Amino acid sequence: MKIYIIWLRQLKRYFRSRSRIIGSIAQPLLFLLAFGFGFGPIYQKAAGENYLQFLAPGIISMSILFTAIFSGIEIIWDRQFGFLKEMLVAPVSRFKVMIGRTLGGATVAFLQGFFVFIISLLVGFRPNFVSLPLAFIFMFLIALLFTALGTAIASLLDDMQGFQLIMNFLIMPIFFLSGALFPLGGLPKILDLVSSLNPLSYGVDGIRATLVNGAHFGLFVDFSALAILTTLFLIMGSYLFSKIEI
Amino acid sequence: MNNIIEVKNLTKKFGDLVAVDNISFNVKEGEIFAFLGPNGAGKTTTIKMITTLLRPNSGEIKLNGFDVVLDPNEARKSFGIVFQDPSLDDELTTYENMEIHGILYNLPKNLLKERIKELLIFVELWERKNDFIKNFSGGMKRRLEIARGFLHCPKILFLDEPTLGLDPQTRNHIWSYVKDLNKKEGTTVFFTTHYIEEAEKMAERVAIIDFGKIIIEGTPAELKEKTKTQSLEEAFINLTGHHIREEEVKAVDRMRMRRRAGFRR
Repeated sequence: MKIYIIWLRQLKRYFRSRSRIIGSIAQPLLFLLAFGFGFGPIYQKAAGENYLQFLAPGIISMSILFTAIFSGIEIIWDRQFGFLKEMLVAPVSRFKVMIGRTLGGATVAFLQGFFVFIISLLVGFRPNFVSLPLAFIFMFLIALLFTALGTAIASLLDDMQGFQLIMNFLIMPIFFLSGALFPLGGLPKILDLVSSLNPLSYGVDGIRATLVNGAHFGLFVDFSALAILTTLFLIMGSYLFSKIEI
Repeated sequence: MNNIIEVKNLTKKFGDLVAVDNISFNVKEGEIFAFLGPNGAGKTTTIKMITTLLRPNSGEIKLNGFDVVLDPNEARKSFGIVFQDPSLDDELTTYENMEIHGILYNLPKNLLKERIKELLIFVELWERKNDFIKNFSGGMKRRLEIARGFLHCPKILFLDEPTLGLDPQTRNHIWSYVKDLNKKEGTTVFFTTHYIEEAEKMAERVAIIDFGKIIIEGTPAELKEKTKTQSLEEAFINLTGHHIREEEVKAVDRMRMRRRAGFRR
């Protein structure tokens, strides 16, 4: 019940913030249109395949990544507006507070990914509907993973001044080097290494493999890597969250 | 009666600054205890340590018999708090803020509904129960914070400058509720205030903290007697001086600003 009410709070906050919903749908739409149709012809020539089919799973992952990290980082707002104190003195273990928040953030991020999935259908994406449930599992896993990461980061920060740094040096590289925009095959060694250390690569690969085919790492590797990393990040996030002082 | 709050040799440092300097005191069960001091004296830091929000550098705190550092979850079950600065969720409605609190504090559903209505009527916010907090004035938010703090009936109630910015009518109203709670439920009340006359009226015992140390402790009558003054306010000024601590306050403020500005560790 306590976890539920904290989860519910995250959802209420999300659905009440219209500008946030519009903004987080407009951006992926722009990516889909600009990249999808812009690089379409050249990709067709090079790979002989439809670029939009390739790109859509990447953009779905991107929107989940952004929303999830942001949901985690929201703890900083709670700290500034004071509501964090209210949760931290309540007779609820900090682990439960963290789990409630993280599940809430992950649900929001997953829904965000789902909306972008619908939009990509409207733009012309034609996925394999049979394996949709499997793709949803991958979507939820990356949602959970990056909300936990956002929580961990936010537990270490006092205010939003560090946010730009995180955006530029963490979130953008995670996105660009995940195979969301280009295939991971045949990359220079260093890029290959970085992208195989990037958690999002496995999410993008899993979603792409289930919706369109063509796995880079293989579904089993994708799932195991994500499951292990998600557990790790959840442990790290709840540890750092439990150490917060106000 | 036994001591429900026990503080022993408590110290908190922020860098070079000793915010709370080796203080010890006890509060008895069922007592109304005022914790007074000028700005930056260490009141809020002490309350934060007692309520598990900050970890002390050294010393021991027991709440209702539970050590707040070793057993924070049990300690948290024993108290409720009204914070000095805002702690509401602006994106939620009045009712939702109350509801979350009630659920976090284990109130059964039916009782929760009843209590929410009762308390929102008490602070005259029942009509605004479905309005968002972000549109509220400072006074309304304050009233809601107080109503929320009273929602569950804790054994110990911490009130950190609860009546700041409220008009005299509302202040009276709230203090009479606190007194009632103390009489009927035996709730222990630990409060801070800058309205010294409130402390004189309400408190059975008073401690004054300055520069992180407790300089005096006793009933209001004892404090007046010791300082040979007519009112607690005079006694307070007598003990803490007129305007000497300007520098110290600034040091604390600077430190707080620095802490807010960057990484926490």
